[in-house]
Amino acid sequence: MRKQPFSFLRSIYLLLVACAFSGIVNAVPEKQQSSYALMSPENQAMQDDPALNPAMFWVGDGEALWHQKQGPNNKSCSTCHADAKKSMRGTASQFPKVIKGKLQTLEGQINQCRVGAQSSPAFPYESKDLLALTAFIAYQSKGMPIAVTENAANAAFLKKGRHTFNERMGQLNLSCAQCHEDRAGLKLGGSLIPQGHPNAYPIYRLEWQTLGSVQRRLRNCMSGVRAKQFEYGSPEMAQLELFLMWRARGLPLESPGVRP
Amino acid sequence: MSKTSRTSITMPATAKKDSIIEIRAIAQHDMESGFRYTEGGKLIPRDIIRTFTCTYNNIEVFKADFYSGIGANPLIIFTTVAVESGTLQFKWIGDDGYEAVNQARITVS
Repeated sequence: MRKQPFSFLRSIYLLLVACAFSGIVNAVPEKQQSSYALMSPENQAMQDDPALNPAMFWVGDGEALWHQKQGPNNKSCSTCHADAKKSMRGTASQFPKVIKGKLQTLEGQINQCRVGAQSSPAFPYESKDLLALTAFIAYQSKGMPIAVTENAANAAFLKKGRHTFNERMGQLNLSCAQCHEDRAGLKLGGSLIPQGHPNAYPIYRLEWQTLGSVQRRLRNCMSGVRAKQFEYGSPEMAQLELFLMWRARGLPLESPGVRP
Repeated sequence: MSKTSRTSITMPATAKKDSIIEIRAIAQHDMESGFRYTEGGKLIPRDIIRTFTCTYNNIEVFKADFYSGIGANPLIIFTTVAVESGTLQFKWIGDDGYEAVNQARITVS
């Protein structure tokens, strides 16, 4: 009994040291929550079971596209990147990233390869083929933590993305942060407001009855606040996507997710 | 040329005789209702799956009619009795010559 105060104090001390170290080494924001946690058990089961998750059809289509030879060079994705299970493992968790001075999203990079290496026309945004390839590549990173960090190359883009996130927009004059940061966990209409982490894209959204990209989702919110939507594939979209991925760093990817 | 798409079947590969087995059948399909318009105001023609049938060693054990109100990528969950070893065949038939077929084997002991 006499030893108890000492060991109690020591455990508090150790706890403080541990907190301090984890704060320095792994500066992950506290209480991050995937909107998976807000879904009904039925919808969670739909995402978790590959036999129920409709997005797995797109993953299958994406795998077929991965091996499909294309263009005058007769090249498929696999000609350069070989087995996606190895070469694309962890890729989606690092995008958007700066490549040759340009901030590139995963969709943008797929089209870059398609136009460059395959000498073929770019896939339109939200086309079945682009979503399928994105889903197939993102699926290779399922369960891996989002690994977007701030660095010298992306700092300026990240700053712009953060600015957009905090800027009021539209006739309703609302910023992303007002809902998804200040009021996350409260209700809008009948539904809980999620923290807005892009950790499951592309998602099969039941409301859409199809697969969609994070940019489609962002345009949804923009039209919701009656703002002029950013164009698909625009630099503004990429910057906002970068900020959101950085904000969600450490959260495991669930791609392809299911959302109501 | 008829259209087809991906389908997926989930059911046990083995079962005890006369036990009830659960079968899940999902098909990739837009289920375009025929009530929607394009941005230009043109009606998008209906394109849906019309019927789904399951035969167990060539005997029909389950059939469903689909209508415009059914959502995209329809999932059907149903049960049947494992009477004998053999093959279950699943067939989806729809508008515009759509047809998809899938099979699964079961060993009954």
